Amino acid sequence: MNTVLPLIVLFPLVGFLINFLLAGKLSRKLVGIIGSGTVLISFLLSIKAFLDLTALPADARIISDTLYNWMAVEGFSVDVSFLLDPLSAIMILVVTGVGFLIHVYSIGYMAHDEGVGRFFAYLNLFMFSMLTLVLASNFLLMFVGWEGVGLCSYLLIGFWFERDSATEAGKKAFVVNRIGDFGFLLGMFIIFWNVGSLDFQTVTALAPSAFAIGGTVITAATLLLFLGATGKSAQIPLYVWLPDAMEGPTPVSALIHAATMVTAGVYMLARSSALFVMAPTTMMVVAVIGAATALFAATIALFQNDIKRVLAYSTVSQLGYMFMACGVAAFGAGVFHLMTHAFFKALLFLGAGSVIHGMSDEQDMRKMGGLKKYMPVTFITMLIATLAISGLPGISGFFSKDEILWQAFSSDLGHPALWFIGMITALLTTFYMFRLIFMTFFGKERMDEKTKSHLHESPKVMTIPLIVLAILSIAGGWIGIPKLFFGATNFFEHWLEPVFAPAQRILHSSEAHHAASTEWGLMAITVTLSLGAFALALRFYLKKPETVTRLRESFPGVHRLLYGKYFIDEIYDRLIIRPLHFFSIFLWKIVDVLLIDGLINGGAFLVGGVSRVMRYAQSGRLTSYVTVFTVGVALITGVMLLLGYSIGN
Amino acid sequence: MFESQILTWLTFFPLVGAFALLLINKENVQAIKLVAIATAGVELLLSLALYGSFQVGVTRMQFEVNIPWVSQFGINYHLGIDGLSLLLIVMTTILTFLAILSSWHSITKSVRGYYFSMLFLLSGMIGVFVALDLFVFYVFWEVMLVPMYFLIGIWGGPKRIYASIKFVLFTMFGSLLMLVALLYLYFAYQSQTGVATFDLIALYSVNLPFGAQSWVFLAFALAFAIKVPIWPLHTWLPDAHVQAPTAGSVILAGVLLKMGTYGFLRICLPMFPEATIHYAPLMVTLAIIGIIYGALVAMVQKDIKSLVAFSSVSHLGFVMLGMFALNTQGLEGAVLQMINHGISTGALFLIVGMIYERRHTRMIADFGGLAKVMPVFATFFLIATLSSIGLPLTNGFVGEFMILLGAFKANWIYGTLAATGVILAAIYMLWMFQRVVWGKVTHKENENLTDLTTLEKAVLIPLVVLIFWIGLAPNAMFKRMEPAVANILHIVRQADNAPEFFRAQDEKVFPTLAGNVSKQENIAVTVGGTAVTQGTDNHSPK
Repeated sequence: MNTVLPLIVLFPLVGFLINFLLAGKLSRKLVGIIGSGTVLISFLLSIKAFLDLTALPADARIISDTLYNWMAVEGFSVDVSFLLDPLSAIMILVVTGVGFLIHVYSIGYMAHDEGVGRFFAYLNLFMFSMLTLVLASNFLLMFVGWEGVGLCSYLLIGFWFERDSATEAGKKAFVVNRIGDFGFLLGMFIIFWNVGSLDFQTVTALAPSAFAIGGTVITAATLLLFLGATGKSAQIPLYVWLPDAMEGPTPVSALIHAATMVTAGVYMLARSSALFVMAPTTMMVVAVIGAATALFAATIALFQNDIKRVLAYSTVSQLGYMFMACGVAAFGAGVFHLMTHAFFKALLFLGAGSVIHGMSDEQDMRKMGGLKKYMPVTFITMLIATLAISGLPGISGFFSKDEILWQAFSSDLGHPALWFIGMITALLTTFYMFRLIFMTFFGKERMDEKTKSHLHESPKVMTIPLIVLAILSIAGGWIGIPKLFFGATNFFEHWLEPVFAPAQRILHSSEAHHAASTEWGLMAITVTLSLGAFALALRFYLKKPETVTRLRESFPGVHRLLYGKYFIDEIYDRLIIRPLHFFSIFLWKIVDVLLIDGLINGGAFLVGGVSRVMRYAQSGRLTSYVTVFTVGVALITGVMLLLGYSIGN
Repeated sequence: MFESQILTWLTFFPLVGAFALLLINKENVQAIKLVAIATAGVELLLSLALYGSFQVGVTRMQFEVNIPWVSQFGINYHLGIDGLSLLLIVMTTILTFLAILSSWHSITKSVRGYYFSMLFLLSGMIGVFVALDLFVFYVFWEVMLVPMYFLIGIWGGPKRIYASIKFVLFTMFGSLLMLVALLYLYFAYQSQTGVATFDLIALYSVNLPFGAQSWVFLAFALAFAIKVPIWPLHTWLPDAHVQAPTAGSVILAGVLLKMGTYGFLRICLPMFPEATIHYAPLMVTLAIIGIIYGALVAMVQKDIKSLVAFSSVSHLGFVMLGMFALNTQGLEGAVLQMINHGISTGALFLIVGMIYERRHTRMIADFGGLAKVMPVFATFFLIATLSSIGLPLTNGFVGEFMILLGAFKANWIYGTLAATGVILAAIYMLWMFQRVVWGKVTHKENENLTDLTTLEKAVLIPLVVLIFWIGLAPNAMFKRMEPAVANILHIVRQADNAPEFFRAQDEKVFPTLAGNVSKQENIAVTVGGTAVTQGTDNHSPK
């Protein structure tokens, strides 16, 4: 331990231990200070680590630190060891930076909750796990963080454990994630038995010689890893847990289910980019699943009325974008969008939390409206985030989304169809986000009088994080402005270049030969059509609300399907959960009790029965014994004679 | 002196304590309890001393004693331990100590008899783990049955008589087969070498034709399989567990089941290597069925204790899978998982016992919302649950991971099928946990439950420490078991006729999927110094 890396990870753990072990003994204020303070220290240390890294020459930007050997069994050896490279440096800054803001916000948001100590303890445990995940230098330690964040997600979704819907959602999240983890585990096994190591650097270096490009083995390994990613990052078919996860307190949704944990799948793909690019089939699957999820989730988001559910489906959709980017080998673009999304989506959730806070825990947008005059800061900051996610030219979301769309179109692995789906998704995004803004902040005030009388802007401890995130949502994208503008270098991509160099070497990709005019053209299409989507939302939800009702009545089937989220949960329930349950009962009642135990008890019964009959033979009368004896001897002798034995031999 | 006597002390000291109990007036409950806990405490310290002076990295048996006992039959008082026995011994003394501590208030009927049985049982269990003479092994194996029978039959639940008889009959059936096999082995060795001996190490070199080896292997395997229990021989387990008193369940799950897996490791694998290899696919298949079947049936249980019992079927399936993967990762994982299962399941049974004490029910439906009234209890329960489902940084993860890693190497299909158990475990444990601990308090009786007492916390804390210690630093375990495991594997690998399934393990490839290395390249692989050739029909006897 000679770097700050272990300290970055350990400080939140210390915070967890203090708040957990001394739960109920510390004042609310102190709990919040310990919770946020430890994360602040981690953030400051992360900045130091980042600066240390920039001080190194570009091709040698790797700092690693090994704590101890975790387990070693004949050739299999894994260290508890951390790795800082340009990729993990960005991740720790985002995780601790956004994480710190959300911790501060939580002081205000959870001020009246009696479980505040437990809340901060879990939140800090989450930070510990997430930092382990991103700083791990090998797959297994990453898996530790991976399951650790899953546990914290479980605990925090079910934080209000007296609500059955909350604990149910927590369990669902854990179990669905376990299905993904099953893939992650098997993927690790294949990697280890072929490469002989789980260390990222070793695996990256040896992969080209250990696997055949496009071979079955590498395809299986990467598909399994990707299964893990679909679980953690809520992609088809394992996305179902994320919308339900909104049962947790809103800061949790912002931190875990928008900004950090759910992006772990994207990070994992970026981390193992050298493996993924060796399996073109997997890359295609990743791109297609990403695009499909982006579109699918966006359509569901169109008609949800719960403010957090809209954002949840939006998150699923935006994560789809990131996977689409990874699938076309634009890992840098994926990570770039991961970062900008962390800013504006955390802001959106925190803003929604502020609204919910002000609205006395109401989440249904049909009962909101006209809030902008009551909550100006919340309104302005959320509007900025909405502009960012909708891709208003010049602010963060525009650059990252545009980069992905362009790569989906132009990359060697890309396809115009991917671009088209991404573009349509962008329109839908603009539509549902402005629908949210209009329903919440504009129009008639639809809440009841009691709620109205309590309406207030949130305290400073909550609004200041909103403002900081709003600034980041605007400016956070400027470090990744594409070359197209001003001919400047894309700092962000340049910074990440060494991380993805091995993958690029395998791909042999050449500079895109597409004309700059094409890029401008596609960008213009997206922006223009997005404006149209904005206009549509404006018309439907502000100017002429009756058109929505009319449309709903003319296409009842479509509305029902979208509002019912395509009934995927119901389908899973009927096709998987119930059959499994019935099968288990069959195994228990029929196989175990009736068959196996029946055989055994039957055997016992048989022995008992035979004995009962045999008992009569033991009558105690000498004459009958003699008779049986004589007949027996005669019979045996007879049989032996018949079989040819000679007596006396 | 310490070297040669420690094992004898360990084995018989509890018995001394047990008989000391008989000198105390049976009304003097306090004194009885004190003597019992003191005996278990000293025993625990002795085992820790043993752990401390055990030499790491040594292949031969340690702390050996070998004194002729019935010399005309070649029976010796031969004790000794390797890493396997060491870890199991320490686990046994810890669990017994905690089990006795947990009985402090809960056992009020025939207190003296109860603690006598517990201490007697302790002697028997240690005896099995230290015996290096098959006859001595068998004696301890049988001796153990008696106190367990009483523990279930006297201090158990309402259906205790059925459960205890079922338990004894199942086990006796296996024991008789083992006895026959054991005698066969004895005479076979005598006719081969002219030496009459029950010495385990000597018998390792017995050279049986494959046919005979098969039968003897199966006889032993059946005896051990019942104990483990391997599917479909498990049906005694839920009954025994549900009916046994808390401490009985802890010992039963924690230690007695491990007798079966220990028997496989100590006797079946090294003594019948060819049969082991031949039957490995069968054993693995049963193990995988056990993993999935146990998990599914656990899912639909209504009684928490029988849920944990069926989860044991699943967990022990993992142990058997790792063992019969026949590679280092699988075997070391299996041994570690034996210990882990003792700790996690022991903790779970203790926890169930604690709410049973309060509510006199174990039905899941009778609970709900315990987190509200018993937050400390809920925390311990959560930790034990997470350990049982193998969350990283708990002990369960390391064991399961190694087993699956090894199984995957043996055959990717094994690893893949078994890994589904990881998903199922999360389902049945978390669902139970949700219904018991989360939610609102739905039953009025639960509203005023008191949280854990200091004594109860004292019982659980050591197990929690072990859960995280093994999870964070499993190497302490691995390096102690390593020579023993290597030795067993060495013997197994020397066996000829190694089917291709097992030989591919020395390849740094992913055997079945790999397109880059064809199976033909595996034809001549040296195993244990002997070049072996591949063939599909060489499973037959030599």
